[in-house]
Amino acid sequence: MNTLTLLDAITTALAWELAHDPNVVLFGEDIGKNGGVFRATLGLQERFGEHRVLDTPLAETQIAGMAIGMAAQGLRPVCEIQFAGFMYSTFDHLINHAARLRHRTRGRLSCPMVLRTPVGGGIHAPEHHGESPEAWLAHTPGLKVVSPSSPARAYGLLLAAIRDPDPVIFLEPTRLYRLLKEPVEDNGVALPLGAAFVLREGSDVTLVSWGPSVLETLQAADRLAEQGVSAEVIDVASLKPLDMPTILASVAKTGRCVIVHEAARQCGVGAEIAANLAGDGLMSLLAPVERVTGFDTPMPLARLEEEYLPSVARILAAVERVRAY
Amino acid sequence: MTPIAEFRIPYTRYLDAHGHLACPPPDFQLDALLPVYRAMVLTRTFDAKAVALQRTGQLRTYPSSLGQEAVTVGLASVMRADDVLLPTYRETGAMLWRGVSMTEMLLYWSGDERGSDFAGPREDFPIAVPIASQCGHAVGVGFAFQYRHQPRVAVVTLGDGATSKGDFYEAMNTAGAWRLPVVFVVTNNQWAISVPSRRQTAAATFAQKAIAAGIPGEQCDGNDALAVRDCIGRAIERARAGDGPSLVECVSYRLSDHTTADDARRYRPQEEVSAAWALEPLARLRHYLVDQRVWSKQDEEALLSDVQARVADAAARYLATPVQPLSSLFDYLYADIPADLAIQRQQLLTERGQA
Repeated sequence: MNTLTLLDAITTALAWELAHDPNVVLFGEDIGKNGGVFRATLGLQERFGEHRVLDTPLAETQIAGMAIGMAAQGLRPVCEIQFAGFMYSTFDHLINHAARLRHRTRGRLSCPMVLRTPVGGGIHAPEHHGESPEAWLAHTPGLKVVSPSSPARAYGLLLAAIRDPDPVIFLEPTRLYRLLKEPVEDNGVALPLGAAFVLREGSDVTLVSWGPSVLETLQAADRLAEQGVSAEVIDVASLKPLDMPTILASVAKTGRCVIVHEAARQCGVGAEIAANLAGDGLMSLLAPVERVTGFDTPMPLARLEEEYLPSVARILAAVERVRAY
Repeated sequence: MTPIAEFRIPYTRYLDAHGHLACPPPDFQLDALLPVYRAMVLTRTFDAKAVALQRTGQLRTYPSSLGQEAVTVGLASVMRADDVLLPTYRETGAMLWRGVSMTEMLLYWSGDERGSDFAGPREDFPIAVPIASQCGHAVGVGFAFQYRHQPRVAVVTLGDGATSKGDFYEAMNTAGAWRLPVVFVVTNNQWAISVPSRRQTAAATFAQKAIAAGIPGEQCDGNDALAVRDCIGRAIERARAGDGPSLVECVSYRLSDHTTADDARRYRPQEEVSAAWALEPLARLRHYLVDQRVWSKQDEEALLSDVQARVADAAARYLATPVQPLSSLFDYLYADIPADLAIQRQQLLTERGQA
């Protein structure tokens, strides 16, 4: 079993699908010879050929548009948008077409496409390179939205996304690409979409997070453990569909919940989880649900970026508040 | 200074406004024009019926294609059955030719998704309502054909207004760069709702927009079925042969309002519409066929009687189609309904006593 970074795990999963499904085609900007700006597709064009791994003209709208045409024809297009901040021009295609092609044709056509894009800040990149567009996507009926937070989950969830019969937006936490390493077996086994992962069991408070913020959430749980506080940590992983039963079961046990996400707060996925807890878990709650999130501001440029990201200190302060309530 | 590149935009017209040959036509079977003419008459008859149904509260907003029948029927008539059409919302004639039923068309414009579940051309795209987005999809369809080495062509239609959108340029550019089997058909019907084509662009033609993408661009008289079939037919066969995409601009005129929700009298003079009627495509083709002695008054009367009966039958079938069950709100969104959506479905059915 190889020890892989999250980035390696993505490359490995893409290679597995390219090798096992002739309908899988990868395309995007600079993903061929260059292997993508983050090298997620490194070596894949060389290995699988220019007809399977293609550099597109520099046109994000067109990348999403052609993915829909290919998917409707039975291919399994996997496209890369270089940074999430450049995917906004794909929304017409994602919302008006990809998400509802099956629905509006009563199942005659479908759209089994994957759109991969790096999300989130923390790498001191230029403007528009640190966006977290998850809530817009999770608001869209017909899409599935997934964000892995570990190499093994990146591998298994990406396999599942490519094999899924419906459009999946795969949000890769840029900050974690090379930060984490773990053994990942390249066995082609997918993880389920639509399921949350309990990363750590605990009894005093439930910490719910996904994507890049899972890192700080786990670090906060470590600190809490040092203080004798038992935190259960859930990686939501699938933002749509959302696995509320796992979160509700945890809160039924702990009575307290802190939701941690990097995207802006208002109308974020955290609000949806909190509303569901209020609706279906009210009698379990011993304290108001807290959210530790990015602020309702644009992502700041690099020099103040760290102030925006949910920090271990902010998570610990929120846990303190729900425990003191 | 010397020119580094030069371009020209060919224009094709065989039949003048009176149905006389303006120049020798390409080789074709005269007999092949008869089904085209019949389909154009069917399309116009259907169109009138759809508008009448809307005016009497039996159909929702409907976009008439009055005056554009030579483009819509002409383009479909030179496609093969296993080519794929990606239509905008004013291509009734093309869709009917391809095997979409009139009942399905009426269902769609009544607000029923089953109208896009064509029993006929199963791989054709549903009507694209957002402007120009279908161009991107056509590139993907063309890619799939090229990838699988299939001699098939994606034909995408758009209007003059849609040429102002980036989707159109991005799609043409990519199709050109990858030599994909895609044909872009621009129906220049002179009006994008209330904005005339001269306010849409400074370009002398819409066909020349192909030049920047490095692909052939041609213009034809879109009210001349022979010219439409010739230009688009050649473009399709070039694509099928592996010679890449093309753009064909068909110059026509929207004789109708934009949709039944529009009143074109607000923005264009009646004299212009009257003048355009003198150029309309049906009479032109009919005169030609009569001159060629392959069509007669009796044929015309029999055709009108036949298409009216077929349209009436389709309308009756549509009106007799019950609304979809409530569960259909949920049942087609995903291949497998997610648990949270299943709860919403169950709640609605329970509230409505259908659980």
